[in-house]
Parts: sequence; C-alpha cells; structure tokens
Amino acid sequence: MRRCRMSAPALPLPVEIVGRSEEAAGIFTLHLRLPTPEQRAVYCFLPGQFNMLYLPAVGEVPISLSSDPEDEILGHTVRSAGRVTRALARLQPGEYLGVRGPYGRGWPLQEAGGRDVVIVTGGLGCAPVLAVVHYVLRRRKSFGRLVVIQGVKHSRDLLWPQAYQEWARQPDTQVLVAADAGEPLWPWHVGSAIPLIEQAVFDTDHALAMLCGPEGMMVAAARALAARGLAESAIYLSMERNMQCAVGLCGHCQLGGKFVCRDGPVFRYPEVKFLLERGGL
Amino acid sequence: MSVPAFLPRPQLQRVFDALQHLGYRIVGPVARDGALVYEDITSASELPWGVAARQDAGSFRLEAGAGERCFAWANGPQALKPLVFAPVEPLWRMERKGAGFEVRMTQATCRPTAVIGVRACDLAALALQDRHFLGGLHADAHYAGRREDLLLIAVNCTHPAATCFCASTGDGPQVSRGFDLALTELDEGYTVAVGSPPGEKLLALLAPAPATADQLERERAALHRAAAAQTRGLPGRQLRDVLMARLDHPRWQEVAERCLACGNCTAVCPTCFCHAEIESASLDGATSLHLREWDSCFGERHGYIHGKQLRPGTRERYRQWLVHKLATWHDQYGRSGCVGCGRCITWCPAAIDLTEEAAALCAGAA
Ligand code: SF4
Ligand code: SF4
Ligand code: FES
Repeated sequence: MRRCRMSAPALPLPVEIVGRSEEAAGIFTLHLRLPTPEQRAVYCFLPGQFNMLYLPAVGEVPISLSSDPEDEILGHTVRSAGRVTRALARLQPGEYLGVRGPYGRGWPLQEAGGRDVVIVTGGLGCAPVLAVVHYVLRRRKSFGRLVVIQGVKHSRDLLWPQAYQEWARQPDTQVLVAADAGEPLWPWHVGSAIPLIEQAVFDTDHALAMLCGPEGMMVAAARALAARGLAESAIYLSMERNMQCAVGLCGHCQLGGKFVCRDGPVFRYPEVKFLLERGGL
Repeated sequence: MSVPAFLPRPQLQRVFDALQHLGYRIVGPVARDGALVYEDITSASELPWGVAARQDAGSFRLEAGAGERCFAWANGPQALKPLVFAPVEPLWRMERKGAGFEVRMTQATCRPTAVIGVRACDLAALALQDRHFLGGLHADAHYAGRREDLLLIAVNCTHPAATCFCASTGDGPQVSRGFDLALTELDEGYTVAVGSPPGEKLLALLAPAPATADQLERERAALHRAAAAQTRGLPGRQLRDVLMARLDHPRWQEVAERCLACGNCTAVCPTCFCHAEIESASLDGATSLHLREWDSCFGERHGYIHGKQLRPGTRERYRQWLVHKLATWHDQYGRSGCVGCGRCITWCPAAIDLTEEAAALCAGAA
C-alpha cells in the first residue's frame, strides 16, 4: 500500500466529473479525476476516509471515498438526502465540483492483512464498508475469510442485490443478509441481522470486524461479536456526525472529547463504546 | 525581565501615544449602552473612568464607581474572542470561470492591534483558543492572521465581579503569562510589568520610574483581596470523571426546564469555538463567499444530521455545553474549558449559574 504523506488542502480544488453511475433510486456515484498528473500522483487515501465535496454557490458535504485507493479516478457514492446532496444529484459528466481532502482515519486494512474480515452493515448504502468488500475481493489472497453481514429494513432496500449473490460465490466468502420485512421470493433471512452473527464463520483470534450503520445497530453488532469471542479491540466502526470543517475546528462532529472528522470517522470500538452505548452525546 | 515600573495616572495617555507611534490600532474598553464593550479607541480619555459594574446571575449594571479609576470593574460580555475568532468571516471566495470555477482564500488584512485592558481570564481563554485553532495539524490561517501582531496590555483584576471565579479555576485574578505588558491600577497610577520583548520595547518608549516597594506591596494586597473576594467556584479542577459518571443525573432535566436554549452562554464564553460554515451566493450564482459564523451547541443546526437531531432536547444540549466545557475539554486540551470569567452566569437571561449546576451535579462525589 502507498504511504500517504500529503496533507489535505485548505481550499476546495476544482475537479471535473468524468463519469457518473446510477446505483439505485436516489443513490449515484460521481467519478472524479484530479486535474494534473502531479495532483493524481500525490493524492492518496484509505477506504473509510472522506472528502469534502463542494458545489459552488451551494455548499459542502462530507462524502466517503468509494473507489479503490489504487485507481486514479476517485469515486464518491452519494445518497441524495439533504440540500447539498440533492444539488449534487443533478451534476453530469463534464461539470465541475470542488474537492478537499482526504480527511480522517480510514479502515485498518494494513492490520487486517492475513486475517479474517467480518463486515457488518445496516441501513441504506453503506459506502464506507462496500469499499472494503471490493478492496478485499480485489486482493483476495492477502486476507483470510471474508464475511459480509447486511441488515436492511425492507428487502427492497437492499441495493445491488446481485452483488451480494456474486460475493457469496467467491472463495472463503460468506454473505448473510437479513431484512426486517421481506417480499415473496426473498432468498435471505427475514428478521434482524444481528442473530446472523452467530452463523458467521471466522477465526476469532485472527479476525477484524468493521461495522457501519445506525449507532444502535453497531452497538448490538459489537456486543454479538464480542459474545462470539472477538476482542473488542478488533472491532472497528465508522461514525457519522454533522461535519462542516473536516479538520477538527468547527466543533459540530464532537462525540464526547473526540472530533469524528479528525479522530475518526473510523474508531476502534473501545474508544467510543462508552459514548455510543449511552447515545444523546 | 526587568523590575516593575510605575506610571502616574496622568501618564496613561503616553501608552496610547507610544502605541500610535509604533503603528498600532488600539482596542480598549468603553462604557456603552449599559455595558462595557471593547472597541477602537484613540485616547485614554475614552476609557470608562469612574465606572463600576455590578454583575450577578442574569444581570449586569453599570454604576458610578468610587474614585478616579478606569479599570475598577471585572469584564464585559466580550473581550478578545471576536478579535481573533471573528463572529462572521469569509473563508474563501468562489468565482465561476468557463465550465469550471476558481476558489481563492479571503484574508482580512489586519493592522497590528494593541488591546488594552485584557484580563487574566481572557488570556487563559486566548491560550485555549490558540491551541484549538493553531495547535493541530490544520492550523487555521484566518485565526492566525488575526492573532499575529496582537499586542496585549493586560490589567490585573482588583475589582472582581460577584460572578467571577477565576481564582478557583487557577486562571486569575493576576495575569501570569501570555501578555506583553501587565498593569495594576492603584489610586495614583499603574504598576507595569513586562511580559515579552515587544512589551519591553513599548515600555522603553515610556521611560518610567521603577515602582516603589510600597506600591508593589499595595498591588500585592489588592490582588490578594481580589482573589479572596470571590465566593463562587467550581467543585474541583478535574471534574471529568465525576461528570461522565453522572450523565443520567436528574439535574440535567431540572436545569433543562429553566434553560431557554438561547445560546447566550456560548456566545459570551471566551473559549467556545464552534462555528458553522455557510455558503453565501450572489443572486446569479456566479460568485459566492464561503463563510463561517459562530454557532452554538444549543442551536438547531449543531447536532443535525440526515433529518435527525443527535441532541434533540434542551436536556441533551445543556449537558453537551457543560460536559464539553468541564469534562471532555480535558480529553481535547488537557484542561477544563472554563477559565472562571463568569460571563455565562451574568448574561444568562434565566440566571442559570454553571457553578451552581456543577455543584449540584457533583454533590457527594469524593
Ligand atoms: S463557561 Fe462561563 S465562566 Fe467558564 S469561561 Fe465560559 S463563560 Fe466564562
Ligand atoms: S460544543 Fe458547545 S460548549 Fe463546546 S465549544 Fe461548542 S458551543 Fe461551546
Ligand atoms: S467537522 Fe468540524 S470539527 Fe469535525
């Protein structure tokens, strides 16, 4: 893996949109290419890190990188939900937006090398962990088993259903999906995803878990993984907070004494366990 | 550094003259609209001569003071914070160019500024803001631009307000570091201590006589009295563990019923650093300014994410304010975020007193 030594710029860099893919209703990926070869050469990130995307005259929004760190084109998968993301949804290739980043701490992919990787996600479009699934599959021999556990509210909320089927066919890969409510012919489990952790096959002494989703779900998943015998320090999770500056200054992303933008968004579970379990902080 | 000097009262104007000679813009306290505010001044005559201020929970009143002093009061709603961390300030300017756009950093041009009448609590708060804005990986260029060339002429507090508790936090009433010159007001004039090379240079222009042993003794006694006069305090300087263990204390609900969530406390607090970033576009969208403005953890937009409030009620918001200030600030900056200035007590329309809340929350803790 490349060593990152660049520091993020203070100003958004205008970048051209070179491609756009529709992922699902209201979810799309913008593919960006930094303007000069030098900029492309120095820009480097870890899955789990994010960029601030700037839409001129509209504002900024933090979006995690969803492309592979070795690709030159930077992918950002966006769900159109708020004022800025709805405006981003109208952008087409050839248009420009601003990028500053990458910011924060990404997933511990170095430490995960050679170990089993257990991914638990809940809710819609968890781009930060999908990037890890792709990362591991692309370097299949560098990791142990891959277990992907995904929970959704309704079966129709499962984005990329074919992708899950496809992953399930990969060697040493287990895919467990659950929907609280399923449609007829739903091939996966109906109910909560947390009990599926029981069925996950991994070596608790040589595994890392990566969690992403609603806070309550992550707490439940961390407990279930710990009950399986996985050390809490081997559990990582990605936190979401209101982020405006991305550099530990504006104070919006505070979680107890942590600045999620700078100290996270990926945390080791013990670092935030106390704060997460209480909520409202 | 040199021995303290003494400036007779009529010579205070010479400090102004010397600052102007050195090219400084001068900011100092004036009595205006029933409060003491810091603004641009050019002469010592604009200082609040003969003014005293009575502060209590939820109230601030200017009164006629005894004697001929100009620093016989503790503090007003603001001092240094707006000068370094501007209430509103553009961070960059965007201009469309063809299919793309250009972004340029906007930087206010700041004249070297001298502030006269800086209190010990203000210096302690400034040190905290320096750490926040300048001490990390991404030093803030806008803060840095305002901070550099700031000359600080401190005045030791001889007349603390009833709301002051800097002695309890260890930040006052006497200044200890971070100043260029420090004055103490006596009946006949000012003792002057030097705190930095620029302060020394300024003092050299005034060529004052050394302070007498009697003057230094009266200074010492006045500062001792000022500390002893403070009745409020926090129940210890390390409240982190107690407060973190009491996040479910019934007092949070109780104070939430009195709190109006107006955010006055965060606006007057000299250490609060939260700010929102907003985009202010021209009507045709061809240009825009990306601004930051002070924000408060009591406001609607602070904990908002994807249609959800992380801290929905006043209980959670008051708890964020107090727990951040007195507990998690230790995690971030190795000390409490409260310097004991008492402003949040004075300027709270509901007269909520954080020392009282902290005492109730920590009652019975070892
Ligand atoms: S919390 Fe209140 S007393 Fe403490 S520094 Fe802030 S305004 Fe002053
Ligand atoms: S979170 Fe609240 S108490 Fe902390 S700095 Fe921001 S406004 Fe002040
Ligand atoms: S996003 Fe501003 S402090 Fe984290």
